[in-house]
Amino acid sequence: MTRTSRNGLIAAAFLAPSIAGFLAFTLVPVITSGALSFFEWDLITAPRFIGIENYTKLLGFVRDDAGRLAASDPRFWFYLYNTLFLMLAIPLSMSGSLALALALNRRVAFAVGLRTIYFIPSMCVPVAVFLLWKWLLDGDYGLLNYLLARVGVKGPAWLASPGWAKPAIILVSMWAGIGGYNMILYLAGLQNIPRDLYEAATIDGAGAWRQFRHITWPLLTPTTFFVLVMSVIGGFQGGFEAAYMMTRGGPAGSTTTIGYYIYNQAYEWFNMGYAAAISWILFLLVLGVTLLNWKYGGRRVHY
Amino acid sequence: MTPSATSVAAVAARPSGLARSVALHALVYAGAATMLLPFIWMVSTSLKASGSVFDVPPKWIPNPVAWGNYRETLESLPFGWMFVNTVIVSGCITLGQLLTSSLAGYAFARVDFRGRDRLFLAYLATMMVPGAVTMIPVFITVRMLDLVDTYWALILPGVFTAYGTFMMRQFFMAIPRELEEAAFIDGSGHFGVYRRIVLPLSKPALATLGTFTFMGAWRDFMWPLLVTNSETMQTLAVGLASFQGMYYTAWPLLMAGSVLVMAPLVGVFLFNQRFFIESIKLEGIKG
Repeated sequence: MTRTSRNGLIAAAFLAPSIAGFLAFTLVPVITSGALSFFEWDLITAPRFIGIENYTKLLGFVRDDAGRLAASDPRFWFYLYNTLFLMLAIPLSMSGSLALALALNRRVAFAVGLRTIYFIPSMCVPVAVFLLWKWLLDGDYGLLNYLLARVGVKGPAWLASPGWAKPAIILVSMWAGIGGYNMILYLAGLQNIPRDLYEAATIDGAGAWRQFRHITWPLLTPTTFFVLVMSVIGGFQGGFEAAYMMTRGGPAGSTTTIGYYIYNQAYEWFNMGYAAAISWILFLLVLGVTLLNWKYGGRRVHY
Repeated sequence: MTPSATSVAAVAARPSGLARSVALHALVYAGAATMLLPFIWMVSTSLKASGSVFDVPPKWIPNPVAWGNYRETLESLPFGWMFVNTVIVSGCITLGQLLTSSLAGYAFARVDFRGRDRLFLAYLATMMVPGAVTMIPVFITVRMLDLVDTYWALILPGVFTAYGTFMMRQFFMAIPRELEEAAFIDGSGHFGVYRRIVLPLSKPALATLGTFTFMGAWRDFMWPLLVTNSETMQTLAVGLASFQGMYYTAWPLLMAGSVLVMAPLVGVFLFNQRFFIESIKLEGIKG
């Protein structure tokens, strides 16, 4: 037996469990769901092949009674808008994490204790966090509106109001995320910046802002980029747990995301083919972000 | 952590140095209070009698203290079972991931076989697939095989991970090969090297992957929600959601349930926070 074919057998033995799982839980399901997206199937009657009808219904436009062009599934576009709206939390939360990392990287009393406190929300079981915030955000008896009333502001109904429900969820995800993984990554990034750069800049008379602008921010670009890409990929898929626990996607669908729509179509209404088609659209969106990352992520310029 | 002596001296030399430091502390501590306040409110609510929970102005210290809320919560749902289920499911997923990813990672890092790099790229590519895509066919399969409400359904799909394989491979690549050569000369095979040399040297990586896998599995919600029906098979996260369905606005009970669900993971974190934070740094630098 040659060395390479013997190595092939050894590798096969090491890889067998992993490849079996990879086939059973990734490759075959991806292909199956791709195929499923061309069918109509409610899990009770036999699946029916309908070609690209799921996709045309999802993405297509029809003329309504007045002859105007309207989306054939307006809900999809609304939920996509909701998903993008909730992703506003990403830049907000990232700036917060960076500011916090900058603060905790300075000489602060009990820095380790503070870091622990800020990290706790991201350690909690999300479902429990959302239930807690549903109570805090209660329009009539919630703590938040009570505290706002103390300073003379009449708080909105938050989760019960179509206009305020999305900002409320952004608020919760900021609270839960600001001191978590991203802050720790920023802190690690800050600690990797050589001290003598700041010393040289101080000697040259550069103030705090100029040091941040010309040393800290450029040298943190890889961290920022990594965090941003991961958050955007997660953001397209997210929103289910928050909406499930706090709003059930309401009021009037204003907190339903693409992820929640897939859940409803697949596991509440048993439109398996249609749900598979939406999940593939989601896949393509994530793929797009990843390809952009590959194309431009290589150029992590430090100026 | 500490700024260099010169920059501290430079800040302190300016007249505004002290004022700045006070402002920084005020901001950072106010932020920390904002982080903690919701938890304090949660515990406070969980100990209030149902009659006093809607009092205006709200009271921070419940009077009388309604310890009975916790008893009622524990009696209305089998939280003990759910805790055991969560431990079993998270534990098995963690052990399974450590085993499959370290084996596969070893093959990718140390065995020279044809098509290795292409296969590894294929592994990496699967990380881009959203969970929602694969979940639908796997859910249908679980239903068809009548595996709803079994540990199989809760555990098996979580055991395989391209991410873990990637992480293990990266770590193994950094281990010097000299250590293994002596073992090969002594007649040891690849499996012996994997078990007696590579694994013992990889404890930090295994601990990191294990921690994140365990936490991820403990926090997971949608999959356990889909594949469990009976209360005695549910995990804590799913149990809390059903609990909410039972007591729609009975906030003292709901908050008691939240405390029970949050406490174990937060407790573990508080005892090991340095390890957690170092692990994240390890993860992020590699990513």
